[in-house]
Amino acid sequence: MTFRFDTKKLITTIIMAIIGLAFLMPFFWMISASLKVEEEVLTFPIQWIPETWHAIENYKEVWTGSMPFFLLYWNSIKVTVLTTLTSVTISCLAAYGFAKINFKGSNVLFLVVLATYMIPPQTLLVTQFLLYRWIGLYDTHTGLILLNSFSVFGTFMLRQFYLGISNEIIESARMDGAGHFRIFTAIALPLVRPAIATYAILRFIWTWNDFQYPLIFLRTEALYTIQLGVQSFSDQHGSVYSLMMAASVSAILPLLIIFIIGQKNVIEGIQLGGVKG
Amino acid sequence: MKTQSEAIDLTEQKKKAQKKARKRNGDPFSGWKENMSGYLFIAPMFLGTSLLVLFPIFASLALSFTDWNFVSGYNNVNFIGFDNFTALFSNGLFLKALKNNFVLLLAIPVTLMVSLALAVIINRYVYLKDLFKVIYFMPFISSIVAVAVVFQVMFHPTQGPINQLLMSIGIDHPPEWIADVAYSLPSVMLIMIWTSIGFNLIIYLAGLQNIPKELYEAAQIDGASAWFQFTKITIPLVSPTTFLLLVTGVISSFKVFDLIIVLTEGGPANSTLTPVVYLYQQAFIELKTGYASAIALVMFIIILIITYLQFIGQKKWVNY
Repeated sequence: MTFRFDTKKLITTIIMAIIGLAFLMPFFWMISASLKVEEEVLTFPIQWIPETWHAIENYKEVWTGSMPFFLLYWNSIKVTVLTTLTSVTISCLAAYGFAKINFKGSNVLFLVVLATYMIPPQTLLVTQFLLYRWIGLYDTHTGLILLNSFSVFGTFMLRQFYLGISNEIIESARMDGAGHFRIFTAIALPLVRPAIATYAILRFIWTWNDFQYPLIFLRTEALYTIQLGVQSFSDQHGSVYSLMMAASVSAILPLLIIFIIGQKNVIEGIQLGGVKG
Repeated sequence: MKTQSEAIDLTEQKKKAQKKARKRNGDPFSGWKENMSGYLFIAPMFLGTSLLVLFPIFASLALSFTDWNFVSGYNNVNFIGFDNFTALFSNGLFLKALKNNFVLLLAIPVTLMVSLALAVIINRYVYLKDLFKVIYFMPFISSIVAVAVVFQVMFHPTQGPINQLLMSIGIDHPPEWIADVAYSLPSVMLIMIWTSIGFNLIIYLAGLQNIPKELYEAAQIDGASAWFQFTKITIPLVSPTTFLLLVTGVISSFKVFDLIIVLTEGGPANSTLTPVVYLYQQAFIELKTGYASAIALVMFIIILIITYLQFIGQKKWVNY
């Protein structure tokens, strides 16, 4: 097969690349500003490569200053990893139950769970807040982790994958005397491993980016996650743009890395959960 | 949506057939044992959802008829009937917030058009498809807080890069963006569009892949132009995807919170106030628990009504 070069397609690609660069401009500007001395941030025309490098000083101030990002990172990593683990476990179990077990009322219960997907989370904040104060989960990381652990999206997406596993495999395992838990761990889990990876990456990204729950359910500054930290940081240093950009880069960068590594999974997962859900 | 109910119907039929087969063969894995393991598997999910979603809905309903302020303790709950709701609908600020939210909805058709156009181009007319997907998806996965902080500086009225660029090409009085009452809401909409294009585009790409290639080939043989193919084949055949994105877009526009809190806090002069921001202020700053619950309930009902209307309206324009 010979490769035929299509001029039209090439021109479209170049035009789209220019549009794409413009689309990503805010990111380039943010990174560039985070490396500059404050006086150069707002010069015009924009100096994309800084004249005076100030990266080390900016990032040092952000990471060890009055709002130390080391601590915020640690809190965020802790909350995000634990949320991802619990959420994946809970969604996996429920998805298997809904997809592969014939129990009374399974369809009704599934529809109830699915219906909660439509409710804007803000309408629940007040009562969740009262409930948390009442049972003592307010201002704790455990409480924060639980809030993002019961995901309808995750359950629905993983259920789609379990439905794809042929019933014969499961039937024959049961003839051999295996119970559902055994089948779940030994047969079903390994088969849906790619889907689990996809959901885990998505949950990681969403939890890392979560701002609203930490804002309402955390009070102690030592427990703050990175998003709350960026906001408090911008309240304190709102006029020092180079530092604010260094803080923003710090909040976004780990995600961009995870996304670029796992982009195929992420995009497929969104399509599967979105199109069919 | 329809495919999903079909899928449920199908699994239902399969399950019934399996049940019958089992009764005949005396399968030991049916009956109470099967039910029990089913409940055990879904128990964590169901208990969590009940505690954190279902219970709060009913509790909000009850609280919305009281004048309670949560710091005053449980003994000071007074039942006040519909007073919160009548107060809400004569409250200019809440009505303004509602109006703003309906203006925000205008961002959705713009997002849909841009995303569909980009999806069609990426699907058929460019090299490096995967790279373009990643580029346009980037804003969607970035934290809104950091994005809002970046735009706060970029939109700076005199020194921000956007206005410096506008002034350098001869626009003497560019808009003051988030500092100007008339432009603050459109600024928020611009950022909303920028962040949601990625998601819409990805879903559209999946929708485009489901259109049979033969349709385009037949159209080409008949000499149909690209534009004709786009309007007569692509748009009608992706209408289920458009419908899905419209419904999720409307719901998510009622959830916009982080962006407004970090970017403008609802200002200037309440020009970017939305019901969720107002709810947050009333509940967690003014501490009016009962009143805030009433706002939550009104929002919930508005979203239900809009979604219901969309499902009714879809018969007119969605092709399955």
